[in-house]
Amino acid sequence: MSVITDNSASASSGRGVRDEMVAFVIMAALLATVPFTGIYPFFVMQALCFALFACAFNLLIGYGGLLSFGHAMFLGTAGYFTAHALKVWGVSPELGIVIGTAGACALSVVTGWISIRRQGIYFAMITLALSQLVFFVYLQTPFTHGEDGIQGIPQGMLFGLFDLSKPTILYYVILVAFLLAFLLIFRTINSPFGEVLKAIRENEPRAVSLGYKADQYKLMAFILSGTLSGLAGSLKVFVAQNASLTDVHWTMSGEIVLMALIGGLGTVFGPVVGAFIIVAMQQYLAGFGQWVTVIQGAIFVICVLTFRRGIVGEIAALFKRSL
Amino acid sequence: MNKKISALMLGTALALAVGTGAFAGDKVVKIGVLNDMSGLYADLAGPGSVIAAHMAIEDSGLTKKGWTIDVVSADHQNKPDVGVNIARQWIDVDKVDVLADVPTSSVALAVSNLVKEKNSIMLNSGAGSSDLTNKSCTPNTIHWTYDTYTLAHGTGTALTKSGGNTWFFLTADYAFGAALERDTTAAVEAAGGKVVGAVKHPLNTADFSSFLLQAQASKAKVIGLANAGGDTVNAIKQAAEFGITTGGQKLASLLMFISDVHALGLQTAKGLNLTETFYWDLNDGTRAWSKRFQDRMKNHAMPTMVQAGVYSSLLHYFKALDQLGENPHDGAKMVAKMKTMPTDDPIFGKGSIEPNGRVIHPAYLFEVKSPAESKGPWDYYKLVATIPANEAFTPLDKSTCPLLKK
Repeated sequence: MSVITDNSASASSGRGVRDEMVAFVIMAALLATVPFTGIYPFFVMQALCFALFACAFNLLIGYGGLLSFGHAMFLGTAGYFTAHALKVWGVSPELGIVIGTAGACALSVVTGWISIRRQGIYFAMITLALSQLVFFVYLQTPFTHGEDGIQGIPQGMLFGLFDLSKPTILYYVILVAFLLAFLLIFRTINSPFGEVLKAIRENEPRAVSLGYKADQYKLMAFILSGTLSGLAGSLKVFVAQNASLTDVHWTMSGEIVLMALIGGLGTVFGPVVGAFIIVAMQQYLAGFGQWVTVIQGAIFVICVLTFRRGIVGEIAALFKRSL
Repeated sequence: MNKKISALMLGTALALAVGTGAFAGDKVVKIGVLNDMSGLYADLAGPGSVIAAHMAIEDSGLTKKGWTIDVVSADHQNKPDVGVNIARQWIDVDKVDVLADVPTSSVALAVSNLVKEKNSIMLNSGAGSSDLTNKSCTPNTIHWTYDTYTLAHGTGTALTKSGGNTWFFLTADYAFGAALERDTTAAVEAAGGKVVGAVKHPLNTADFSSFLLQAQASKAKVIGLANAGGDTVNAIKQAAEFGITTGGQKLASLLMFISDVHALGLQTAKGLNLTETFYWDLNDGTRAWSKRFQDRMKNHAMPTMVQAGVYSSLLHYFKALDQLGENPHDGAKMVAKMKTMPTDDPIFGKGSIEPNGRVIHPAYLFEVKSPAESKGPWDYYKLVATIPANEAFTPLDKSTCPLLKK
């Protein structure tokens, strides 16, 4: 943590970072008490995985200004790799997570290298096209079992110590992984690297004229975002105990845009709030049947029309704080 | 932050309120109908399955004997993780005893694992995967209504025997399509027919013209559609435009339900061959039940075989409960009890449950009527052949279910 406070000197506003750290501690404390509150832990775990996914996505769009419409490919790839490693190769959970995340990292190097050469709608379309390619690969390859998915994945013992089939232990493992990844993202956006990224987002030709190699920065952000999305996908395997085509489908890429947008693009905590709202809607409104998708659509429209900065973005603007 | 805290407290209160546990040996039952309420399968399962569940409760007469039976339902959106999460919460928090329906193979297989882990019960009616009673079978799952074996063997065998002895396949290019083509080919060849060709089409194809022309040129007597959903509907519509069925070739859809025929209309679907295990106009029993069902449906749709299966499976479950006299809240024990009793209801007739969880009853090969033959709304099918129960489902000696190898 001291690393981050030290770094705040180089960040644009020290007060902003301090506010964010306070909010982070509150968030961590609230999440740590969940198992004692009677809230269903599997719901929170699922939401945490999506929150991490949304934060990773937000790193790219909120700070790099790059709208990827194919982020599901990283989530799904890592999910399939982890699931296959755990179920078929019988590796330990930590190795499974490494394999999944590394798979997503490798994929993001290739797809990033291709897609960052274009901007705006073209970038979005290239990422969408690539993710559709990846979708069809997973539809056809035998190890994913097509539309049946990989089922009944053993959770195993993390480091040989923690029994992940116990909900409370699994919850804290997921929470710690989420908080560490969140700090990494937080550290990244407040680092000199993050500042350059924001500069490129605001005015790319100017950043280039100042001597920054914009493409390299964008590629780096893309890889980081893809890898962290992969981590989210790997963690999700332990929660859901399955890996299926849903996670690579383009609608998942759309859902993550919705989560980031509702919470607030370019805010640190926005994607977390957005992810919890959307996952809660899917979970607790499931009884309303077809109305869930209608409600989601209505919220999306209301959000875009009335509070474009997202929930956290509006709160931050109201109190003139950085969140 | 205050809001967040009060939301937390509200959540806690709610969880405590619903978390009052059920005790072993009471007369309280909770049914969870988990299916697709908004997407692809909403018409063939969806809200209709919930109505079927309520009808099963009424017809069981258990409420008059002092039982309390509740039904909850939810939309799994055809996503396995959404389905598993809902199911897990139902079992853990809401104390749901039975999960019914559960269409979409990926969701069904995922829920089946969970149900075994939690020692709950799944009475599956909506999913097609024959894996549920083969390599993925569990002592907690019973599979009603149909599976891919029924569809492939019903249509393949019965159609070949009734003269359609040369086949050409239009196959969706993914695992499901390949499996359906493989199984049907085996059935056709076993019945003495011949497969003269096959063409693979990409998933979600809008233009079937080149594939249909190949099928037409093959001069095969039957064109088998080994695909699903929108692909099947597109293929059938375009086949009608090419005049394939009026030209003497038969179109056989390997995965289709009466709700799809209703959506297509008879003009387009006429002459189509398909296998189902239930049709509302089969006999007096199915007609009487279906009329009651139709009166309750908002759009006055007739029941599909999946909805009928939900009714039939729950009715059988209630009969087992009635015999036990109390709810043991023990999934494996209930399923074992259900397997010992023969199934008998006005919808599927007499049948039985195999040790692997497969429910055995007859299946029927139907041909869709032309508009001239149809006498009124929902008068869609004429019976071509009845497939006896022992031929409609995987023979027990060929089942790969691990439960059988004890």
